[in-house]
Amino acid sequence: MMKKLSLSLFAFLVTAFMSIPLVNALADDAATPTQLGLRAAATPQMERIIGFHNGLLILITIIVIFVTLLLAWVALRYNKKANPEPSKTTHNVPLEIVWTLLPALIVAIIAFPSFKMLYYLDRNDNIEMTLKVTGSQWYWSYEYPDHGGISFDSYMIPEDEIDESKGQKRLLSTDNPVVLPIDTNIALQITAKPTDVIHAFTVPAFGVKKDAVPGRMNETWVRIDKPGTYFGQCSEICGKDHSYMPIEIKAVTKEEFEKWLITAKEEFASLNDNTLIFAQYTHSNNGVQ
Amino acid sequence: MSDHSSDHKPGFFSRWFCSTNHKDIGTLYIIFSIIAGIIGGWFSMIMRHELGDPGLQIAADGQMWNVWITAHGLIMVFFVVMPGLIGGFGNWFVPLMIGAPDMAFPRLNNISFWLIVPAFLLLVASAFVGPGAGTGWTVYPPLSSVVGHPGASVDMAIFALHLAGASSILGAANFITTIFNMRAPGMTLHKMPLFVWAMLVTSFLLVLSLPVLGGAITMLLTDRNFGTAFFDPAGGGDPILYQHLFWFFGHPEVYIMILPAFGIVSHIVATFSKKPVFGYLGMAYAMVAIGFVGFIVWAHHMYTSGISVNTQAYFTAATLIIAVPTGIKIFSWIATMWGGSLSFPTPMLWALGFIFLFTVGGVTGVVLANAGMDTSLHDTYYVVAHFHYVLSLGAVFALFAGFYYWIGKMSGRQYPELAGKIHFWLTFIGVNFVFFPQHFLGLAGMPRRYVDYPAPIPPEHLQGMLVNPIEKIQWIVSQDYGYHLWNYVSTLGAYLSGVSVIVFVFIVLYTLFFGRKAEGNYWNVEPQVMTLEWTLSSPPPFHQFDIQPKVK
Repeated sequence: MMKKLSLSLFAFLVTAFMSIPLVNALADDAATPTQLGLRAAATPQMERIIGFHNGLLILITIIVIFVTLLLAWVALRYNKKANPEPSKTTHNVPLEIVWTLLPALIVAIIAFPSFKMLYYLDRNDNIEMTLKVTGSQWYWSYEYPDHGGISFDSYMIPEDEIDESKGQKRLLSTDNPVVLPIDTNIALQITAKPTDVIHAFTVPAFGVKKDAVPGRMNETWVRIDKPGTYFGQCSEICGKDHSYMPIEIKAVTKEEFEKWLITAKEEFASLNDNTLIFAQYTHSNNGVQ
Repeated sequence: MSDHSSDHKPGFFSRWFCSTNHKDIGTLYIIFSIIAGIIGGWFSMIMRHELGDPGLQIAADGQMWNVWITAHGLIMVFFVVMPGLIGGFGNWFVPLMIGAPDMAFPRLNNISFWLIVPAFLLLVASAFVGPGAGTGWTVYPPLSSVVGHPGASVDMAIFALHLAGASSILGAANFITTIFNMRAPGMTLHKMPLFVWAMLVTSFLLVLSLPVLGGAITMLLTDRNFGTAFFDPAGGGDPILYQHLFWFFGHPEVYIMILPAFGIVSHIVATFSKKPVFGYLGMAYAMVAIGFVGFIVWAHHMYTSGISVNTQAYFTAATLIIAVPTGIKIFSWIATMWGGSLSFPTPMLWALGFIFLFTVGGVTGVVLANAGMDTSLHDTYYVVAHFHYVLSLGAVFALFAGFYYWIGKMSGRQYPELAGKIHFWLTFIGVNFVFFPQHFLGLAGMPRRYVDYPAPIPPEHLQGMLVNPIEKIQWIVSQDYGYHLWNYVSTLGAYLSGVSVIVFVFIVLYTLFFGRKAEGNYWNVEPQVMTLEWTLSSPPPFHQFDIQPKVK
């Protein structure tokens, strides 16, 4: 019994550690059970975030190990058995200057790549299309203002309707996924319904997270590298069903996107009149940043 | 001196309900903090239990969950850590350490305590009114406005914060006055014990930041009830304005919770190293620096709210700077021990645990400080892990450290050493199991404040907590997606931490009823690290320092 138990524990530990890429490299986007690090990048934004994080992770690990070793050293070397007579040292100005300047230097070294990444993530001047995202309790609405104003709402598929054979995932799959072309600079305009609460539009694989605030239009951008299905979840507490308003994005080639536009215009035609009025309302009332 | 201990003690009701004695009020605060801590900890337990498996276990719906997280956050911040560190240890030891007979305004001290009791009752009651206040401890509108929360529950929570805030402002004014005016002759500011320095800086943070919170929640109250539109875009207001006001208070608030902890840890490390604190002036002014910088970093809580990129860059730079004074603290504690003659009774274990865990929580803070990086991590479990490492494992470890260090002084009875060490190790292992895996969840993208997370529902025989963990984990890792594994591990750790709380309650009761008598200087604090509380009996006389002590 014990042997079986320890064997299965060993098997688990081996599988766990074998399946630990710091950055998960599966084609399918959702987080895996044993995932330890950031999600695989699907955009140049996320690539930069991962690169930056990898560097920082090494740095902070070194710092923690350094402090732990110092603590272990003083506990071993200067316990009362090893060192019955305490020293009388109370300060050492050069040492104190060093441990003030050194951390200052380290954070300065962090700051420069940090700023570079921040400004890169912020905006892109060569935008090719726009997707407008509106958060409401508890669903997302999407509009394609550059493509005849296609618009639709996207709700989570309830748990009892999830079809795993279609690759649908509990709490992640939606009835109307957003379809976006790859290799295109897409501006994301993010807001919430004017009479609603704050939400946050998040797609981890894209390195995108922006609050959807009533009465404000927040903007960011994205450029998707490869086709696939990407998931995200609302990231600002928004009431009862905060956990149940996921984001599902299908990234397709440009040709497939053109084809999808034709079918989408028919499918969502009936919705267009209302949403255009709504779009005008939000555009005229908010300063776009 | 010990003869005085029975002098002038009023009867039970006057002594405990109308108390003007700083030690009695400190005791009341500590009892209050422990009771509130058990209630707030109960919320953590049901939250972790809920998240042990995907699907809903005990929460009826997301609103009930939101009420839990809100209650947990507000209780832990306003009714556990602040009353424990500031009201409890602050009241007890600031006058003792500076050689004063009491606080400057004893009656103000009384009202400070008795405001926090109705505040707590209002907050607890708000959970039972209508749908409860499910806004998160940040109470962001419009979720906290009538749009998101009609009914009286949020109004009650706002009043609870008003009362708790008033209590803290009065207490802080009292501390500032006491520290500036009632130090023993010879105790210049630069000779003041570091705990007193910590309380001084904390008090300034309180009087400068809490009025801003008071303003913000009052504006929210009038938005909700009297038709104003401070935070309502339809009336020309702005929900982001609330976030700026809240975090202008909220960021100093986290330093309010950690600075007294710094003070306590400094004393404990010095006592059990038999060496004075290394770099005393650097330690004192590092706290002043942290307090100052704490006021100019608030928007790092709002990187994704739509503030401009230049603003984000500024707040990134300012936030990173905090690593410098914090580094000074960590290195100075280690240097205090360096060359010392260390012993490791329970309070020292908690202090060392604090230094290690605060370092871990500190370095993840450096990661989160970067606005670009925060795009991935904002509002994920990485943030939850970070702030629990610095607060739940930082401030709370200091609360326990202070409790074990001073319980003999406060009660006159010493705690059982072995039980204290068992309590430490259970807690240390438990909380690391709870919070370390949450870094993985956050990096993988799991948002915080979620009642349920993406993952396949386990088969019936593997649901719940009373199953073979190895079989369960094997099933979990065989799935293709989901956040189940680390949530499950975290929940197991929570059970262990829950056991440690029971051990603590046992230790408290045992100490008070059966603990052996403690002498005046029961830690044998040596002259080079002596503070004035160790010159008195344990417990100190009801009125101490009839003859004013002199400090050389």
